[in-house]
Amino acid sequence: MILLINQILNGLQLGLILFLLAAGLSLVFGIMDFINLAHGVFYMVGAYLCATVAIVTGSFFLGLLVAIPAAVLLGLAVEWLVARRLYKRDHLDHVLATFGLILCFDTAVKYLWGPEGLSVPLPVWLGGQVALGGIAMPAYRLFVVAVGLVVAALLWLVITRTRAGMLVRAAASNEPMARALGVETKLLFTLVFATGAALAALAGLLVAPITGTSIGMGNQIVILALVVIVVGGIGSIKGAFIAALAVGLIDTLGRAYLVGLMSLVFSPTVSSSAGPALASILIYLSMAFVLVLRPAGLFPPASR
Amino acid sequence: MRRMTIAAALAAATTTAVQAADSVRIGFITTLTTPAAVIGRDMQDAVNLAVEHAGGRIAGKPIEIVFEDDGLKPELGRQKAEKLVRQDKVDIVAGFIWSNVLLAARKPVTDAGKFLISTNAGPSELAGKGCHANFFSMRGQNDMVPIALGEVLNRRGVRKLYVMAPNYSAGKDMAAGVEWTFKGEVVGRDFTKWGDDPQLDFSAELAKAKASGADAIFAFYPGRAAAFARQYQQAGISDSVKLYTVYTVDDIALPRLQEAKVDAVLGTELTDYWSPDLKTPENARFVADFRAKYGRTPSNYAAAAYDLIPYVKAALEQAGGDIGATDKVRAALEKADFASVRGRYQLGPNHFPIDTYYSLDVVAEPSGAWALRTREIALKGELDPYARHCKLTQ
Repeated sequence: MILLINQILNGLQLGLILFLLAAGLSLVFGIMDFINLAHGVFYMVGAYLCATVAIVTGSFFLGLLVAIPAAVLLGLAVEWLVARRLYKRDHLDHVLATFGLILCFDTAVKYLWGPEGLSVPLPVWLGGQVALGGIAMPAYRLFVVAVGLVVAALLWLVITRTRAGMLVRAAASNEPMARALGVETKLLFTLVFATGAALAALAGLLVAPITGTSIGMGNQIVILALVVIVVGGIGSIKGAFIAALAVGLIDTLGRAYLVGLMSLVFSPTVSSSAGPALASILIYLSMAFVLVLRPAGLFPPASR
Repeated sequence: MRRMTIAAALAAATTTAVQAADSVRIGFITTLTTPAAVIGRDMQDAVNLAVEHAGGRIAGKPIEIVFEDDGLKPELGRQKAEKLVRQDKVDIVAGFIWSNVLLAARKPVTDAGKFLISTNAGPSELAGKGCHANFFSMRGQNDMVPIALGEVLNRRGVRKLYVMAPNYSAGKDMAAGVEWTFKGEVVGRDFTKWGDDPQLDFSAELAKAKASGADAIFAFYPGRAAAFARQYQQAGISDSVKLYTVYTVDDIALPRLQEAKVDAVLGTELTDYWSPDLKTPENARFVADFRAKYGRTPSNYAAAAYDLIPYVKAALEQAGGDIGATDKVRAALEKADFASVRGRYQLGPNHFPIDTYYSLDVVAEPSGAWALRTREIALKGELDPYARHCKLTQ
C-alpha cells in the first residue's frame, strides 16, 4: 500500500512536469498552428541556468528567479527572430526551422557549459523525506507536485477568468476575426510563445535536481509532451492536464508493476525480458488506443 | 578530426622537419562529442600527458597520435578505424570506451595486420572465441569488476541484494557478473530503458527496492552517477540500504556529485582495477602531473589510456624498435613488461590483463574534496570466465 502511494506520487510528479511542458506546446500549436520542436530547448536552458546559479550561489530558489525571466527573454527573442516569420508557412517548414534551432542551442550549451552536464544542489529541507500520515515520501517530489498544481490552477484562472485569457481564446478560435475587432494578435502570439517558454523552463529546472542536466535533455521529453497534447486534444489546456497526468501515471505504474503482473501469466524469463520493453511502449500503445476511439483527442477545443 | 603532432611541438627546438615515415603512428578512437565526451577528454588528456612523459619519442622516433571521435556510434567507429588504417597509415589503433564500438571497428584494423589495443572496452566476445593474435586489452574483461564486487558483498555480510542496471548487453553482463560470486539472495532485479532516450527517473524502481527488504543495492549506471545517487538519496533509503556500484561513481562524477551535495554517495563502495591513491611511483607521478596540468583528478579511463604509451614504448623498444617486425612486437606486447601505473601485471592467454581488483570507499578527504580511497584487495589473479574459449595459435 505504501509502495503504491509512493508510486502514484512519482507518477503525478512526472505527469505535472509533462503538463508544464505540454501546456505551452499545446497553446502554441493550437493557437498559432505552429509546430515547435524546439520547445525542449527552453526546458534545457531553464535547467542549465538554474543549475549554474544554484551552484554558484548555493540557492536553488535564486536559480529559479534568474532562470524563468531569462527563459521569457529567450522565448521573446526566438519568437521575434524565427517563429514569427514562419506562422504562415506550412508545417514542414516549421519542423525544419525548429529542428535547426535545436541543433544550434544544443551546440551552444555544449560550448558554454561543456559536455558533462550539471547537478543541482537542493536546500536541506527539500533533500530529505516528509512523513505524511505515517508514509515517508521524498520531499522534493511533493514540492514538484505542489508547484505543478499551483501553476496549473493559475493557468486555468488566467485563461478562463481574465481579459487576457479571453483574448487568447478569441484568437485561438478565429484569428482574422479577432484581429478585425481590434485585438493585437501579433503581440498576443508573442506573449503566448514567451509564456510557453517560461513554463518549459520551469519544468526543466524542476527536473534538473532529480536527473541532472544534459545536452538535449528537452528533445527526449518533448516527444512525450507531443503525445500528451495529441491525446489531450491540441490547443486544450484541460486536455493537456488530464492527458499529462494519465501519461505520467501509466508510465510510472507500468514500470513498477507490469513485470510482476506479467509473471502471473508468463514464465519469469519471458516477463523479465519483455516486461521492461512493454512498459516503455505502454504510453504509445495508450495513445494509439485513444486515437482510434477519438481521433481529435480526449478534449478537443470546441471551436476547432 | 584533430591531428596532433605532439612530438613535433616538443622537439621543435632540436629537429625541424620530421618525416612521417620515421614516426610511430598511433590512431586513438574515443568519444569526443555527446555527453560522453567528458570520458573521451579524460583519455585524450592522459595520452597527451603520457607522450610528454615519454619525451615524445619511441625508440628514437617521434610519436604521432591521431585522435578520432566515434560519436558513441559503432558505425562511425568503424569508419574512423578504416580511415586511420588506410589514409593515416597508423601502425596501431587504440582507445575505445564502448564495447559495441570496439566490436564494430576491430575488423578493418586486424585485417590490415595492424595492432588493436583497447584501453577500456573489454567485451566477452573478444576475450573468448573471438580473441585475436593482434588484439590486446589493457583492461580486464568487462565482467571482472562486478565479479570482484560480488566478493565484496559476501565479505560485508550482505544477505539480500537488489540489482539495478540499464537494459542493454553490458547491463545484463554486470548483473550476471555480480550474481556469479554473490552468495546471498537477489530479492529484485530491474533493467531500465537505455539508449538514445534513457530512463533517468528511477523513483519507481527505488521505491520497489525499499519495499523489497534488501540490505544493499547493486547499481551500474555509467555516466549517470549524479542522477542515480541523487534519487537514491531522495528515496530516503541510504541508512537502511547500502549502495554498491561498478563503473558509475568515478573521478569524473565525484566533483559533480560534491558540487550538488549528494551526500548519500559518501560511504558507498565500489570495485576497480586502479585508483588515484594506488601506491606505485608511476601512479604518483601520473596523478600529480595530471592534476597539475589539467586541474582535476584523472579517472580510471585516463589511467589505462595513459598506460598505452609506456606499454607501446616498452614493447617496441624491446622488439628492436621496428614496428614492421610484427611477431617480435607481438611477443613483447604479450610480456607486458613495462612500468604500469597499476604495477606489473600479466596477460592471460586471450591477451586480457589478469588484474588485481580493489574495493574502494567513497570518502571526504581531510581537504574537503571527495575521493576514492582503496580499502583492500577484492580479487586477485583470477582469469576471466571466457579465456578458456580462446584458442590463439601462437
